[in-house]
Amino acid sequence: MVLWELFHTFFSMGFLSFGGGYAMMPFIDAAVTKYGWMSSEQLTNMIAIAGMSPGPIAANSAILVGYSTAGISGAILSAVAILLPSVILVLTVATFFIKWHHNPLVEAIFYGLKPLVTSLIIFAAISFAQSNHLVAFDISFRSISLWLIFALSLFAFLKLRWNPIYVIVLSGLLGVTLYS
Amino acid sequence: MKELWKTLFQIFWTFFKISPVTFGGGFAMIPLIEKEIVEKRKWLDSEEVADVFALSQSIPGAVAINSATFIGHRIGGVKGALAAMMGVSVPTFLIVLALGASYLFIHDHPKLEAAFVSIRVTIVAIIVYAAIKIAKTAIVDKTTFCIMLAGVPALFFVHPIVSILLGALTGVLVVFIKKKMGYQQKKKNDPAANPDYFMGAGI
Repeated sequence: MVLWELFHTFFSMGFLSFGGGYAMMPFIDAAVTKYGWMSSEQLTNMIAIAGMSPGPIAANSAILVGYSTAGISGAILSAVAILLPSVILVLTVATFFIKWHHNPLVEAIFYGLKPLVTSLIIFAAISFAQSNHLVAFDISFRSISLWLIFALSLFAFLKLRWNPIYVIVLSGLLGVTLYS
Repeated sequence: MKELWKTLFQIFWTFFKISPVTFGGGFAMIPLIEKEIVEKRKWLDSEEVADVFALSQSIPGAVAINSATFIGHRIGGVKGALAAMMGVSVPTFLIVLALGASYLFIHDHPKLEAAFVSIRVTIVAIIVYAAIKIAKTAIVDKTTFCIMLAGVPALFFVHPIVSILLGALTGVLVVFIKKKMGYQQKKKNDPAANPDYFMGAGI
């Protein structure tokens, strides 16, 4: 049952969604592969659209994956599934543990969690580089130009500090010029 | 009763208006929250808003959603929390759905396919950028560096859920052992005073 698969995937992800959207990509990728919802390339396209929209990347990706696998009901269900844990946790903390983030145990958890979240994002980068043919080291126009686009994009983020949306749009225009 | 519904609608509408600016992370909301909630409505003061954002980062989920839900809860209890959460989610839900639907409608077009060949590579670059940004606040000493280093190959074998639990457990164990052995723990930065915070919400 696709709707149930979507719901329990994003509901359990919601409880562990530390570190912003990109740390969640290995979760989504694992579920997408397990249930055969779409190819990794299609998933990367969805993540690109999620990044071009306002709102949290993880929730946007969940909505898009839900929509393309099960239409409007899939989109709504995935959104509810990923938002529900936030509401449950916020209300619990707001009611019982208002000094939660100053608790030494919570600080200790985060001490180990933050570097692990970094590993999750590095892992996401590696697997998406693989599934989008960035690791092919042949000397063809396509792979060299893709590496250049990768380097230019990274430069735009790191050094020029451009807004990701502009970089995505510019990259798309470049793609149309180069590959169509 | 009528008053309650009026307040709930105000909470919903305030976050509904703020929501579309959350491009690339919840922290973009802060200036608008200051304007709408602190100055205009006087529901909270600036200090409380800073505290809410600090707390929101230590809970799973997006900062935009968590902080809106917290603020809604402060103003109107559980109903206020739900009103704020819906206010902040509905506009971005509709926008992302519209974009996704138009993409699926025309995704066979050769020009769009060509655009996405390049865009997918840019997405890999964004993820690398996210990793670099988060590493700057997560890697504070040798131990955290080792956890990060061990985490990447481990993820080829264990499910991300397991890895997260293992990471948290390692953190607790290391802090406990260091305390036993008499190491002084470094005083952590207060996330509220550190806008370049760990969750990578700027991306």
